Amino acid sequence: MELLLTLFLPLVGAILLLFVNRNKIALFKYSSFIVSILTFIISIILLIKFDFTNPNFQFFYEKIWIDKLDAGFRIGVDGISILLVLLTTFISPITIVSSFTAIEKREKEYYILLLLLQFAMTGVFISLDLFLFYIFWELVLIPMYFIIGLWGGKNRIYASVKFFIYTVVGSLFMLVAIVWLGLYVGGNILKMPGGFTSNFILIKEVLSKNIIPFEIEKWLFLAFALSFCIKVPLFPLHTWLPDAHTEAPTPGSVILAGILLKLGTYGLIRFNIELFTTSSIFYAPYISILAVVGIIYGALVSAVQTDVKRLVAFSSVSHLGFVVLGIFSITVEGMQGAIIQMVNHGLSTGMLFLAVGILYERRHTREIAEYGGIARVMPAFTVLFGIAMLSSVGLPGLNGFVGEFLSLLGAFKSPILNSYTYAILGATGVIFAAVYLLTMFQKVAFGPLTNPLNHTLKDLSKREWSYLVPIVILMLWIGVYPKFFLNYSEASVKKVVEKVHQYKFPAKANNNSLNIQFEKSNIK
Amino acid sequence: MIEEIFLTLPHIILSISIILFLVFDGLWKNKNINFWGSLISLLLCFLSVFISLQYIDFGISSNYKNFVTKGLLSFNGLSYFFDLLFILAAFLSILSSREYQRVRYKELNEFYTLILIATFGMIIISHSNNFITLFLGVETMSLSFYVLAGFFRRSLQSVEAGIKYFLLGAFATGFLVYGIAFLYGTAKSLDFTNFANIVQSGEINKTYLTIGITLVFIGLAFKIAAFPFHQWAPDVYTGAPTTISAFMSTAGKASAVFALLLIARNLNLPFANLEATKSIAFNIQEILSIISAATMLIGNFIALVQKNVKRMLAYSSVAHAGYLLMGIVANNPEGWNAIAFYSLAYLFMQFGAFTILSLCEKEENDFNSLEDYYGFSKKHPFLAGTMSVFMLSLAGIPPFAGFFGKYFLFVSAIKSGYLWLTIVAIISSIISMYYYIGLILAMYFKEFKEGIQPRLGLPFVAVVICLALTIVFGIVPQFILDFTYSLLG
Repeated sequence: MELLLTLFLPLVGAILLLFVNRNKIALFKYSSFIVSILTFIISIILLIKFDFTNPNFQFFYEKIWIDKLDAGFRIGVDGISILLVLLTTFISPITIVSSFTAIEKREKEYYILLLLLQFAMTGVFISLDLFLFYIFWELVLIPMYFIIGLWGGKNRIYASVKFFIYTVVGSLFMLVAIVWLGLYVGGNILKMPGGFTSNFILIKEVLSKNIIPFEIEKWLFLAFALSFCIKVPLFPLHTWLPDAHTEAPTPGSVILAGILLKLGTYGLIRFNIELFTTSSIFYAPYISILAVVGIIYGALVSAVQTDVKRLVAFSSVSHLGFVVLGIFSITVEGMQGAIIQMVNHGLSTGMLFLAVGILYERRHTREIAEYGGIARVMPAFTVLFGIAMLSSVGLPGLNGFVGEFLSLLGAFKSPILNSYTYAILGATGVIFAAVYLLTMFQKVAFGPLTNPLNHTLKDLSKREWSYLVPIVILMLWIGVYPKFFLNYSEASVKKVVEKVHQYKFPAKANNNSLNIQFEKSNIK
Repeated sequence: MIEEIFLTLPHIILSISIILFLVFDGLWKNKNINFWGSLISLLLCFLSVFISLQYIDFGISSNYKNFVTKGLLSFNGLSYFFDLLFILAAFLSILSSREYQRVRYKELNEFYTLILIATFGMIIISHSNNFITLFLGVETMSLSFYVLAGFFRRSLQSVEAGIKYFLLGAFATGFLVYGIAFLYGTAKSLDFTNFANIVQSGEINKTYLTIGITLVFIGLAFKIAAFPFHQWAPDVYTGAPTTISAFMSTAGKASAVFALLLIARNLNLPFANLEATKSIAFNIQEILSIISAATMLIGNFIALVQKNVKRMLAYSSVAHAGYLLMGIVANNPEGWNAIAFYSLAYLFMQFGAFTILSLCEKEENDFNSLEDYYGFSKKHPFLAGTMSVFMLSLAGIPPFAGFFGKYFLFVSAIKSGYLWLTIVAIISSIISMYYYIGLILAMYFKEFKEGIQPRLGLPFVAVVICLALTIVFGIVPQFILDFTYSLLG
């Protein structure tokens, strides 16, 4: 019930807002905020009720939708998705509050699209049916396309079309893979009445016996991976990201960086690694190489940006490289690190975008050279901006450190990558991050207050305080006591990793790791 | 006997009303009688299909032998499903035509009657069990289309469309007849069931069979505007009255696809397990798959560069013919279902899009260029939003009806081993995204431009119906699937 509410509350809100007169701007602002806060509270209940010792899917809900194709409305969360659901419900109210001043036209459409986007993103994280998953995956696209295209900057049309086409290219190939998988598992193996199934749990159980020949499995893996890697974005598929980030309005960038990119990394764990064991082991080194290249490339390109927002955008390419490296190390540490790093990146990069947005609203420029000495006129802002920046750099004590450390640790220990090179090269990314972020911060915040336009800048308003402080609290919390969050994902991650290891090293597997629980099957 | 009357109820109602309305027009020349009368007769026809459906089992079990129609018509479930589709299309088309006629030219009653005649042709096609009835149906439909395409006789474009369609269409009909003649020469029978039996028995002239089948397929490929016989479609759809373009490109296309489906299904392509015809049958399937792939690629590629929205939709309809052909290539129950579902979904989204265009047209300016739609959403948020839904559905984005249609087609094609065709379909879908999104982009992201003043009224009702069904079939496709599966039996 809680899960259904978490999913559908934003949709209900969006539909109700559709019937409100467009002149009542305040109503749109506050009611959408209330809806998202309510959703957040319900998701907290979800978190409390969640049993983190159980690696299986919880709050499972199933309703058959198209019985001929065995497609159903199947949802549920496990340790991997629950944190991301929480991230979504946490970031959403923040973006809505930050939109109050950032969005100054067509408020009606904007808040409806924002709630719709939240609905779709939550749906991606919790759907346990390939068909449903695909629908949510595509549904994310439409509101985001409009948000970039309608409220974006100068090049918004170019950026929005690029974003749309890039994502669609990947996802349509994934659709073919989903259909193939459904026909193979539902028709050839299980002989279901409709000859088709898209039940994720069922497919996972069947595939865990490694029945698909590697020659075919590898194409399925690639079809799924292409779609997810575009979304992550993994080097060299990242070129849509800087444009989309730079052109999107501030709240749009926050959602894009905070949640949307995680859809890709989540998909890599949930589908690529959980379903295609053989290919995951085969492709892990290749994808890790791309991840490492992305880490270094993203950092180097960030270092030469003159536009703050573009700099933060490229830093995302670098940071998500850590996530992908952690995932494809296929170790408990690496994957745990990847998941916590997904949350971290959502918080720290999201906050950096918010900070850039605050500056932009005051000066209407994002050029680093236009600023300097901001600390003198906006001291409070500088402190919070600094915390976000340090969290992004990965300073111990703040959240960024935990994620990057665990991801790199996983890459070091990984028996599947079986080489230190990935971790060593990846670690240089941390150093580069310090270089470009500190330089940017220093240029913006310190030094003499040369530009006369900056003399009259106002410090943070109450509203800005209200949405920045919760993020900072969470950053400190994860930085100081990450165990609280790691606990949630541990059991599920262990299960995923053990399955892969068991396949790769059958001899090493001792009795403990053989003790894998399978989900209750619902083969009819 | 009495059962046969119930089975042919839609045909009877429609033919009687056609004659009545022709007479009425001569007697009173009253616009209201003909307009509302046509709508009511279509409504009755729609309801009568459900009565006919009660008697299907009887028709199939008796093998049509004792019927007055002597097996010229068949009465199975899928045929009735397509009847519903055609009648619905005609209904929407008449509903949206009245105001449009008044604005563009003047209201003439023949318009409605011609639509009814075309619909009658279509429901003959959907029930045909013999090459002759098939041919008669195709001709009845096409002849009224030729007239309707050139209906605005003051407009050069419309007249051009009519003449072009007539000349090329007549030529294609020649192919169809010639092919049927060859088939008769092969098997000495034109009845689908007999024909299939004789072909299965193997006592046939293989060369004649190949030539005959090829010619028939060419004739029908022209009607559905499949590559390489698609060139007429953009000109005709652009020049013809917009509501007629909508009718031709949805119901007209669906009926020709259904004719292909009937042949493929009854002849059991690729003539399963038959040594004698193995090689040619194999070729037919292969050729159809290549035609299907080429049609979607060509249609989408050319649509990409169109600056006229109506023309863009015309080319996109060529591409959609390619998608529909995938179901014929697969030729399995999933494929037939997918065709049924997709035709219906396509009806609503394409019809809706065309109707919105017709709402915006004026006598002095047809307001069809992409630039006219810049900033359309500012003044007309509802219409722009509706148009966006149709575009997204045409592009195959969930959760709209078009996505499910494509999904089912992909399932059928992959199931019968045509993975490469599915991948081509995927690639062409990606290409199509660009121009469908392009219209949304023009309506929402561009600066507002004065000009378009859409009218409301009856056509608006048609748009709302299309919108509602596009969304409803997207969210609960189960409903239609249950229906089609039950009809397939």
